[in-house]
Amino acid sequence: MGAIRRLLNSFSASDDAFDEEARFHLEQRTNEYIRNGMSPSDARRAAIARFGNVTAAKERSRDADVFRWLDDARRDCGYGLRMLWRTPGFTVLAILCLTLGIGANAAVFSWIEGILLRPFPLVVDQDRLFAVTGTMRGTPGHTDVSWPDWIDLQRSSTLVDAFIAEKITGTTLSVGDRAERAPGSIVSANYFEAIGVRPMLGRGFTSAEESGRNAHPVTVVSYQAWQDRFHGDPAIIGKTQMLNGLPHTIVGVAPKGFFGTFVGYAFQFWVPASMQPQFNAGVYKLEDRDARWIEGFVRLKPGVTLQQAEAELSGTMTRLERDYPDTNRGRGVRLSPLWQTPFNNAGAMVPTLGIALVVVLSVLLIACANVGNLLLVRAFARQQELTIRLSIGAGRSRLIRQLLTEAMMLSACAAVGGIVIANALRDALAFLTPPRGGTVLRLPGELDWRVLAASAAVCVVATLLFALMPAIVTSRIDLAGALRSHSGAVSGSRRAARLRSALVTVQIALSLVLLVGAGLLIKSFLGIRMANPGFATSGVLTTSVDAFTAGYNVQRARTFQDELIERVRAISGVTSAAFSTITPFSYASTASAPIAVDGYVPPTDQQPSADYNTVGPDYFTTMGIPIVAGRAFTAADEQGAAPVAIVDQTMAELFWRGGDPVGRRLRVKDRWLLVVGVARAIKSRNFMEGREPYFYVPLRQNPAPVVALQIQTPLGPAALRPSLVREMRALDANIAPGELITMREFVDRTTAPQRIALTMLIVFGVIAVVLAAVGLYGVMAATVAQSSRQLALRIALGAETADVVRLVMRNGLTVTIAGIVVGAVAAFETTRLLGYLLYDVSPVDPLVFGGAVAVVVAAAGAACVIPALRATRTDPLQALR
Amino acid sequence: MLLRRKKPDALQGTLDLLVLKILSRGPHHGYGIAADIESISDDILRVEEGSLYPALRRMEHCGWIRAQWQTTSNNRRARVYSLTRAGETQLAEQRDKWTRLSKGVSKVLRFA
Repeated sequence: MGAIRRLLNSFSASDDAFDEEARFHLEQRTNEYIRNGMSPSDARRAAIARFGNVTAAKERSRDADVFRWLDDARRDCGYGLRMLWRTPGFTVLAILCLTLGIGANAAVFSWIEGILLRPFPLVVDQDRLFAVTGTMRGTPGHTDVSWPDWIDLQRSSTLVDAFIAEKITGTTLSVGDRAERAPGSIVSANYFEAIGVRPMLGRGFTSAEESGRNAHPVTVVSYQAWQDRFHGDPAIIGKTQMLNGLPHTIVGVAPKGFFGTFVGYAFQFWVPASMQPQFNAGVYKLEDRDARWIEGFVRLKPGVTLQQAEAELSGTMTRLERDYPDTNRGRGVRLSPLWQTPFNNAGAMVPTLGIALVVVLSVLLIACANVGNLLLVRAFARQQELTIRLSIGAGRSRLIRQLLTEAMMLSACAAVGGIVIANALRDALAFLTPPRGGTVLRLPGELDWRVLAASAAVCVVATLLFALMPAIVTSRIDLAGALRSHSGAVSGSRRAARLRSALVTVQIALSLVLLVGAGLLIKSFLGIRMANPGFATSGVLTTSVDAFTAGYNVQRARTFQDELIERVRAISGVTSAAFSTITPFSYASTASAPIAVDGYVPPTDQQPSADYNTVGPDYFTTMGIPIVAGRAFTAADEQGAAPVAIVDQTMAELFWRGGDPVGRRLRVKDRWLLVVGVARAIKSRNFMEGREPYFYVPLRQNPAPVVALQIQTPLGPAALRPSLVREMRALDANIAPGELITMREFVDRTTAPQRIALTMLIVFGVIAVVLAAVGLYGVMAATVAQSSRQLALRIALGAETADVVRLVMRNGLTVTIAGIVVGAVAAFETTRLLGYLLYDVSPVDPLVFGGAVAVVVAAAGAACVIPALRATRTDPLQALR
Repeated sequence: MLLRRKKPDALQGTLDLLVLKILSRGPHHGYGIAADIESISDDILRVEEGSLYPALRRMEHCGWIRAQWQTTSNNRRARVYSLTRAGETQLAEQRDKWTRLSKGVSKVLRFA
């Protein structure tokens, strides 16, 4: 209250009010003098003379004003500006350091905002959006939700504003001789309305359009698709676009800057739920409570918490479990905040961004320590100026304020630079992340006001971090002592020296942490390069062939595939070729099925399941996967012939316990298959996975219209592509191969998270070491300069060069060792963060720790040697002066 | 802490006491306060405008007096000050202090 009143007072006492009051006073006084017999002009003059200097009075009466504070701040800024201008080297260095620190933070903030917190541009109220996934009692992980369940949840909910159902899908669009995958989405009819995005042309979907089997072939296309494929045709509404072999009427164009609601992809089209079968190979799921495919969101009503909403939805699920025990036993739902969405790329990005955040915060701390050090050095040089200011009456708090103002100006400049950097780095994540299936991922940073505010906060905190201690230490000047002599007998300098050593210790510790992180990832990366996934990665190319989109049914697709594989094998340079539904290490969800084996009794509450692949006859030869027992698939494993399977070694050991599975039976879903061979185990998804059972079934007995094509050839993709396109065109002019790349490339793409973390750690680790070395050099150089008299004395008394070097080096190495000890402990604690990225490397790998320590020691040694050598050249005569 | 309250020193205290006393008789503008002090003290005490207005500001900040713009009889806008409750307490305190001080001073003078 007091403060507010004072503030109001200071405004009521502003200049205008005072002038009016003074005028009134002068008038009264003049009248008095006139009454006493003076002439009006004399009276006026006398009154003014008596009033005294109006401005002086004004100044004094304004003593307690806020304006004075503002005035001071302005003066501090002006003074600070001059001081910074006078030492351009320091200023530029400090701003660069801070720009790096703040910029790196702002960039990571912008990624976190754009990918995790508010990932969907133009979508309203994203803080009230939550992802919905299904749960299965007793089973970890998540499932999708069935359409009938979704509708029932929606009907009985009172706490939810909107249910937004969708499922990512895609179609193959031909561009010249290249088949391009266009990601899109199957959505509930309320989609555009519910997320608050109004199509810029045409309309969204109507509620009728979400029912009926393939009944409403309509689509809303993205702004980008409208531009690229229709050249921004203003009369596009009502025209048709082929999607998965069926013409769809374009009813709307989404606004510019809207990419859908799936982290990682920019969707190009949306279709209503009724078109679901068209995009799921004809399987109709809208009336099937057991078909779980919806990955949806709910927007909660304002003020409703996640727990309340989840409780309500769970209540509905319990009722459904009672009503439909066959399909819903044990089924529930769970809500997650957007940044934890399990079904898009948000979840995958969380750990990477977590590491990024730790790295950039370390970099910020290092930059702060460095600038703090620079400030202390400069304070040493400014001692005289500060002493004079202090002796002519500046308060100590005034001095600290001056120093903080200067620091604030530095970090404000750096913050501006940092935002520019962050803006430039907005797409860096997408750049480091390889395309998937030919689609470039969309992982943008978002520089909105929240990110700017967070960066400003970082800037202020950083200022306090690097400037407060130096300011306090610097301003603690013993006036009497300092004025007596300025020859270096400056008190407080020891405290400053200790502070500087502490700052360098922090820098060394943090750079060690970053180096250890970088080292672990490098070792892990090398391990991955050398690792054998169990299939050939050189001399094999992979691509995709989509006959479904071209309008083929399963039977025709089979014939097409048979003819195509013959033509591909006939291409000169091709040694073998085979189809499969899944390419190992692909992002496509792997196929998994419940299994049973004769003679294997699983624990009662468990239903064993295994991943599998559907492959053509020459698959094992082409992929270089040895068959260790029995035989591979042949063309004779046909429809009508006995259904067969090949299991991998892991499965053989797990289910047949060392016995020979060949000739035994395996039940997959409801079909019994005869095991005809055992294949060597491979890594099927990534290098990090453990040993899991895996089996193969023949493509000819389980036909699929969309397949991957593996080709064994010494040719590169560029050399093979033209002949491949020619052979496919010869069969059907409407079908083109998808992206054609080497298996090596395909495998390498799965290491994107490692690559992002590695790039960051190497770049910042190197910067950190350089900064720490510079900091250490500064401290050592200053120490040598300050103790020159002492050194001179020692030399005069007969100290050898080696003694002097040892003396100086010992100082530097003490700081280094302290930093290394602190850093090693910190690294021990933090490298566990990297755990999920590490392949075959322990987070506390001694070799990596040793290497990082060696690098730090080498850098520190180099930083100490020059000052040490300079110390040996100290003139012994100095001791006498 | 931007606007730290300063402890009034002895001399300022005297002016404060006079102003508070004048205002205890009723609201008054700055000129009127100065004129009253002068006429009541038979022109022995002369109030410097350069001291009066800063003192008024300060006392306003301390919450002893409050100011309001009012229209005078001859239709001029004047800033009129009046005593607050805190000001009354302050007046009593300062009056006691002054009495003690002057009693002390006169005792010493008598003795010497």
